[in-house]
Amino acid sequence: MKNEAGMTLIVKTITRLTVGLILLYGIYIVLHGHISPGGGFAGGVIIALSFIHLMLAFGREMALKKLSQAAASILESLGALMFLTVALLGFLGGYFFLNFFLHKGSPFALFSAGIIPLCNIAISLKVGAGLFAIFAALVLFRGIGEKE
Amino acid sequence: MVFAAIVAVQIEDLLSSVIAVGAVGLGLSLAFLILKAPDLAITQLVVEILCLIILIRATINKDLPVIRDGRWFFNTTSTLLFIAIFLMFAYFALRELPHFGQPIMRVAQEYINQGKELTGATNIVAAIILDFRGYDTLGEATILFTAVMGVLAIIRRVGRINEE
Amino acid sequence: MSEYILCFALFSIGLYAVLRKRNIIKIIIGLGIIEYAVNLFFVLIGYRTHGRAPILAKDQSILNMVDPIPQALVLTSIVIGLAVTALIVAIAIRIYEKYGTFDITKIRRLKG
Repeated sequence: MKNEAGMTLIVKTITRLTVGLILLYGIYIVLHGHISPGGGFAGGVIIALSFIHLMLAFGREMALKKLSQAAASILESLGALMFLTVALLGFLGGYFFLNFFLHKGSPFALFSAGIIPLCNIAISLKVGAGLFAIFAALVLFRGIGEKE
Repeated sequence: MVFAAIVAVQIEDLLSSVIAVGAVGLGLSLAFLILKAPDLAITQLVVEILCLIILIRATINKDLPVIRDGRWFFNTTSTLLFIAIFLMFAYFALRELPHFGQPIMRVAQEYINQGKELTGATNIVAAIILDFRGYDTLGEATILFTAVMGVLAIIRRVGRINEE
Repeated sequence: MSEYILCFALFSIGLYAVLRKRNIIKIIIGLGIIEYAVNLFFVLIGYRTHGRAPILAKDQSILNMVDPIPQALVLTSIVIGLAVTALIVAIAIRIYEKYGTFDITKIRRLKG
């Protein structure tokens, strides 16, 4: 085999240029979830896609050096716990999911709308890390015939 | 879209049918754009790409020839009869819906009128799924967590069997 | 009434694939097509003629918007569909590891 792991040289060069841009685009969609369309789910899937792109082009070991499986599990649990904490803090205000500690701000600004950006970030962490863990586990199999 | 779906179901080669499913998904994303739902179009597009990657991973070099067994005539006619009965009941149910293009927006009108003052967000769909109806998002996060745990539990036993 | 024909055609094709095919991958594809049809039906119900997208703009006030509640439901449904597809594909990979085939008529026995 000419190439040791992953795909050809053209794919590897293009991947080095575009992976950072995909990650940046995903973070942009998550942070602007309350102003323009997008939100936590689409941004989380885009962040997972950037890591999967790295894994598809460079082989499995190199992508696991950037984000190991243990780190992905910890990030996913952290995202879920953050979402639950923000929800349960509303109990101090008297009802579930009430935001009383972040004021609303002026519309169309980035730091507005109470707890919605925090919830978006938590959900994007959970979705992104979870989908990356699923994909890293599915590629684990030997003996099926890896991608050449 | 219907043509691509028929191709996806009937064709023998597994890789071609997976690509046809991708065509159906992209057509669906365009349909969401025409129906004025930009959030859904973005989400459907990226989820479709990920679903294609996972399906191609499963079928990378596993083909199998499918032969036709006996009782083919009886099976096909009973399936078509079932689908016809289902469509008939669906027609009777669809006559009760309001006319296409004039939905009864009793709760949604309240959300649209007071969404900007109560939450401060300008994306009304994001305000609904995270502030007015946050329970559903919590349930959906739980489903994703369970699915990830399920996949890791199913796959992880292979290492133990291979060592024996 | 005639606008929902596309949804039901897609649903019927997916249902036929789930009921009749013998290959597990074809069944998974049929489930995916059923899910697309159901999501399209939900968004079609909430459409208002000459409506606008449910996002407020800075300089004009928008009076008629399409219904945003079905869009909120479908947004979670799309991601749930992805999770279910990933789970079923993992099960199919395990079945292939154990039995060596994807044909469902050969894996009838629940053997340990």
